[in-house]
Amino acid sequence: MLTRLFTPLVVVAAVLFAGAPFMIAGAPYESTMGLVQKIFYFHVPSAMVMFLSAFVCGIASAAYLFARRAGADRVAFAAAELTVVFGIIVLITGPLWGRKAWGVWWQWDARLTSTLVMWMIFVAYLLLRKYAGAGAEKLAAGLALFGMANVPFVYWSVNVWRTIHPKTTVVPTLGPGMRGAFWWCVVAFLALYGALMAARVRLGKQQAELDSLYLALEDQD
Amino acid sequence: MTPKTIRRLLTWVVLIPLFASGLGRIAGAGGILLSAQALQGGQPAATGEFVPVSELPPEAQLPAAPLVVAAYAVAWIMIIGYVFTLWRRLGTVQRELTDVTRRLGERQRGA
Repeated sequence: MLTRLFTPLVVVAAVLFAGAPFMIAGAPYESTMGLVQKIFYFHVPSAMVMFLSAFVCGIASAAYLFARRAGADRVAFAAAELTVVFGIIVLITGPLWGRKAWGVWWQWDARLTSTLVMWMIFVAYLLLRKYAGAGAEKLAAGLALFGMANVPFVYWSVNVWRTIHPKTTVVPTLGPGMRGAFWWCVVAFLALYGALMAARVRLGKQQAELDSLYLALEDQD
Repeated sequence: MTPKTIRRLLTWVVLIPLFASGLGRIAGAGGILLSAQALQGGQPAATGEFVPVSELPPEAQLPAAPLVVAAYAVAWIMIIGYVFTLWRRLGTVQRELTDVTRRLGERQRGA
């Protein structure tokens, strides 16, 4: 089903990303931060997609571990890669914004630190899948459950601890001029995520087919 | 939906809108850059008297436009880079699939 959605998702993502610069340029400037606040329109949707991908990876890993579904493992692997990719976007765009807004590139506060730790968990997932040999899928799936469990901590960290990062009340209280551009970018990133997941899961399926063909070839030798 | 089709779609539908609008807008948005100059000192509340730029706090002196451009550039580079790696991996797997399928067919015919 995901593969069938690939083409429509690509078209939707392309259209939305083509329009995103116009929406972002048309949004009003934030009163205290000015131009640098425009990073928000890519930084926050990337973070939302990173959280979503971490959840998808965790749920698919649970399905693989407990229900032994091979397809779930391919989805988990794809989601872990995308968690790392969108996490890199978040962890670079955030400090670029923070350098201007806070005067520092990085602060070891709750939100930034927990996001970095969560990202590193999924990097560890990918390293396990690449280098851990036989049984790596199950080890990595177990790790993905911890990565998924991190997401609520990362999200609520700004509300629970004293932190330099803006709180979760920012998005619900966005002004009308900013709301449109923000949700436009969110939908664009979600469509892009869906398309990339579809392509990556398809790659995993093809790799599994290739492995079984190689085994068949060896059996014939 | 074959990998070849997926790769074609990734190339045409994702990259063309990107180059047609996104980079041109971000790099050539003269209005944004001009506004950036006007807004550079505007983060805290406006002062009642003239304050030279050199006496503003460091974060107020830092121009915002390069940071904004760098942030969007990083996002696009990551997305395009990942799409490119997917495209290459799909191509490699497709070529290997074709080759192994052919070899299996030859073996089966030979047997």
